[in-house]
Amino acid sequence: MTEYPIQRSADGVAPVQEPMRAGFGRGLLEAGRRDERVVALCADLTESTMMHMFRDEFPKRFVEVGIAEQNLVTVASGMARAGKVPFTSSYAAFSPGRNWEQIKTTAALNDMPVKVVGSHTGVNVGPDGATHQMLEDIALMRVMPNMTVVAPADSIEAEKATLAIAASGSPAYLRLTRDATPVFTLPETPFELGRAYVLREGTDVTIAGTGTMTYELVVAADLLEQLGIDAEVVHVPTIKPLDEQTLLASARKTGLVVTAEEAQIAGGFGGAVAELLSAQLPTRLLRLGIDDRYGESGSPRELLEAFGLTGQHLAARIEAFARGALATAGAGSASA
Amino acid sequence: MNPAPLLDVPELKAQADRTRISILEMLAAAKSGHSAGPLGMAEILTVLYFNVMKHDPADPDWSERDVFFLSNGHTAPVLYATLAHSGYFPVEELLTLRQYGSRLQGHPERTALPGLENTSGPLGSGLSQAAGYAYALQHIDDELHRFTYVAMGDGELNEGNIWEAAMFAGKYKLGRLIGIVDRNYIQIDGLTEDVMPLDDLRAKWESFGWHVLEVDGHDVAGLMSAINQAKAVAQKPSVILAYTVPGKGVPFMEYDYRWHGKPPTPEQATQAVAGIRQGAGA
Ligand SMILES: Cc1ncc(C[n+]2csc(CCOP(=O)(O)OP(=O)(O)O)c2C)c(N)n1
Ligand SMILES: [Mg+2]
Repeated sequence: MTEYPIQRSADGVAPVQEPMRAGFGRGLLEAGRRDERVVALCADLTESTMMHMFRDEFPKRFVEVGIAEQNLVTVASGMARAGKVPFTSSYAAFSPGRNWEQIKTTAALNDMPVKVVGSHTGVNVGPDGATHQMLEDIALMRVMPNMTVVAPADSIEAEKATLAIAASGSPAYLRLTRDATPVFTLPETPFELGRAYVLREGTDVTIAGTGTMTYELVVAADLLEQLGIDAEVVHVPTIKPLDEQTLLASARKTGLVVTAEEAQIAGGFGGAVAELLSAQLPTRLLRLGIDDRYGESGSPRELLEAFGLTGQHLAARIEAFARGALATAGAGSASA
Repeated sequence: MNPAPLLDVPELKAQADRTRISILEMLAAAKSGHSAGPLGMAEILTVLYFNVMKHDPADPDWSERDVFFLSNGHTAPVLYATLAHSGYFPVEELLTLRQYGSRLQGHPERTALPGLENTSGPLGSGLSQAAGYAYALQHIDDELHRFTYVAMGDGELNEGNIWEAAMFAGKYKLGRLIGIVDRNYIQIDGLTEDVMPLDDLRAKWESFGWHVLEVDGHDVAGLMSAINQAKAVAQKPSVILAYTVPGKGVPFMEYDYRWHGKPPTPEQATQAVAGIRQGAGA
């Protein structure tokens, strides 16, 4: 197991909270300093998506396209053809929500290193409601050949992911959140595109999270331990390409897998893991996330509770699943 | 049958003030949401729902009604306040805006609240929906006596989808389709002419085959007469460029684009409401 340091205070709570988009803003500025080919384009949401730090330092390399998301990514594709490394940002509901075909044809199929940055994903968007809570983006983006899909766990990882996709030479989608979320990784915590990380070793059940859900799973693992369940926590920031080896090794060890994401489980991260396991290592699987409905207005925390996605709710749902699976396995009726 | 009250000019002005007060109170209670656009659109929505449109708050799906689509869905507070004051739902419910479990979602959801014709928030799609509705009435069902209205933001006109709809409505001569642009010259990143210049807006719409009217968006009599002129033009769709002041009625918000997407604090709301009451009494 790779060393995977995380920070938590004595009571187990992450010491600070920060929106992931802030990490993106810092990462983009640093990417711009490292590589002069990096340019940034925005669709009337420059401060909301935290591109303003880059804009202020590199005004010549920042482009305002107005409220026009289809134009945003297609202009970026043209700039990429001219040798630039364009970062585009909007709320994920609009990019890639509105301009999916343009991304497919002009960035992915055309193989241009356009970076699509979708802030405001998940129910974390809160009171703006369902139209603005992007839940389908993981499914939409991971079915696109050539595309890299990254959902960082916190703002520090978002910063690293921004630098990694800036240097990757490929089209990429970066999934961010609007509201502050717990910051539990550290500057020295490893991050590489395409890699999943085991945060906590365990033997009873693999609990794999992406994005904001990884922290909630860390909390859930503590609660599960008190309940006598030894969970292995796997963090999967890159959903495509998926680190199959790490996930399969863990599934082989525990025989029971749970996925968690702040997104539709159909076609999402849970969908990706279901495809992997059913093809290569049939394993009992519970997918936690948003299950075939839209979000609604409310505070981010209220909504996570309503959808059963806080550490406590996750622990209860994982416990019920694990006990049920052990009972059927004990009765010899079904193999794991 | 049209139980919705018909107000005259002084009554319309008073209603626009009541709508503004509700907008401020609901935004302060919600602690998030958009102030500038909704405040600027109070007269437009008031004239539509309290004078021009045929509609029945007791029967939101009345088959004889005129319909209103809100394309710039972030201005939901002005629509919610107008619907409540018209009698679609209790005025007290306005204070649930954006809360968990409320019918008043942060952006309008048609299936959540009676009286809404469309779900919106993502900009640029309302004109197409209105054009589709107007097309069905005019060219399929021969219901020529019903009118379709749609409000759009000016920044929203950056979206290509708007101009696709403009071309469509021009081609099919949707003479009973009336668009109203909230021309307040602001969007999120700043002034519209800095972010993505829109002028000459009249020439743009005319070149797409539309009849264009321009009016002070706070002059209720002017709005009524512009809408009546638009209704009289049967051979072309009409668009009314309604010049408004973002944040209208609240001196510390007026003309300042930074009030696009933030609510007043409770203290600011109290101060603003007092100002509007004073102005009305004067
Ligand atoms: C497709 C889409 N892109 C971006 C946004 C984010 N957004 C909400 S309001 C707004 C500015 C709209 O400007 P305008 O229509 O002039 O409204 P005003 O600021 O005057 O209320 C933007 C960019 C959105 N809601 N939908
Ligand atoms: Mg505007």
